[in-house]
Amino acid sequence: MIFNMFITFFKIGIFTFGGGYVMVAIIVDEVVDKKKWLTNDEMMDALAIAQATPGSMAVNTSIFIGYKLKGLRGAIVCLLGTVLPAFFIILIVATFFYRVRDNLILIKIFQGVRPAVVGLILSAVYKLMKKANFGYKALLVSIATVVVVVLLKVNPIWTIIGGAGGSVIINKIRRDKEKK
Amino acid sequence: MNILLRLFTTFFKIGAFSFGGGYAMLTLLEEEVVQVNNWITSADFIDILAISEMTPGPIAINSATFIGYKVGGYVGASLATLGVVLPSFIIISIIFHSLHKFKNSPYVDWVFGGIRPVAFGLIAAAAVTIGKTALVDIKSILIAILLFYLVSFKKLNPILGVMLAGGLGIILY
Repeated sequence: MIFNMFITFFKIGIFTFGGGYVMVAIIVDEVVDKKKWLTNDEMMDALAIAQATPGSMAVNTSIFIGYKLKGLRGAIVCLLGTVLPAFFIILIVATFFYRVRDNLILIKIFQGVRPAVVGLILSAVYKLMKKANFGYKALLVSIATVVVVVLLKVNPIWTIIGGAGGSVIINKIRRDKEKK
Repeated sequence: MNILLRLFTTFFKIGAFSFGGGYAMLTLLEEEVVQVNNWITSADFIDILAISEMTPGPIAINSATFIGYKVGGYVGASLATLGVVLPSFIIISIIFHSLHKFKNSPYVDWVFGGIRPVAFGLIAAAAVTIGKTALVDIKSILIAILLFYLVSFKKLNPILGVMLAGGLGIILY
């Protein structure tokens, strides 16, 4: 299992062009849809924690999934799987092909991959959403988050603090009322 | 201070204080490596970002490895990369263990109930933000729609999807 986890995250690490969010889309596909290592809800929790904590979102997601699957050893293995491909590929690029960004073929490939990233992230959103069983209130919160972050350019951390704080306050008031 | 130690502490700081994913990290990264430490020039920084985007993996790891290598060779690359992921590792470890300890507390459920829809919205927001710079012409919009359709409804493996999109890039551009 540990070896299988390493190979899976290493494979994900090699093939995710376009930054961490694409990586998350691929993790959802491999870990939830194909391997069924995590349920949809557990994946949503992993994504929630990964975005509520500092650092790279893909790295945080991998570490949390690793812990969930196999404790500390799992966390280390998933972290290494995610980081090592990027690390070695950058070393090769930095050593030999510093002019990689002038390579015409690579530029063309990248022009195709960039818009694909948008489609991949949206399909991850769609797949998670389909299984998530959100009520209309939760859906409104998601939409409000998009608006606040994209249009008002608020740092995502404030939306997370707001979501957590708001939920705690509303639930606490509701429970206190029920007690009376 | 020894430059290798400084590489490590600088990237540790970047890993510990950048909230909001790789792109939010870039502001802090630019400030630290270009302005405070003068390790690379502004033009080099833009080059490194372009390379990070064109190579696989999270942008935080790519840029840490690249800048670490430029400043301190292979050892520098290793220390910068370790520095940028170590805060994540420590913080997620603490959270994982506290969650385990307090799993019966209603507060944990409430916090997650509140964060989940936000986390979800943030991922959708990332698609919009990237879309604003990536969807520049009719060809790119068609690629995005095609990939969304194939991965969501035709069970196309996203990794194959990325390769397909790269191939389309060579043909179309």
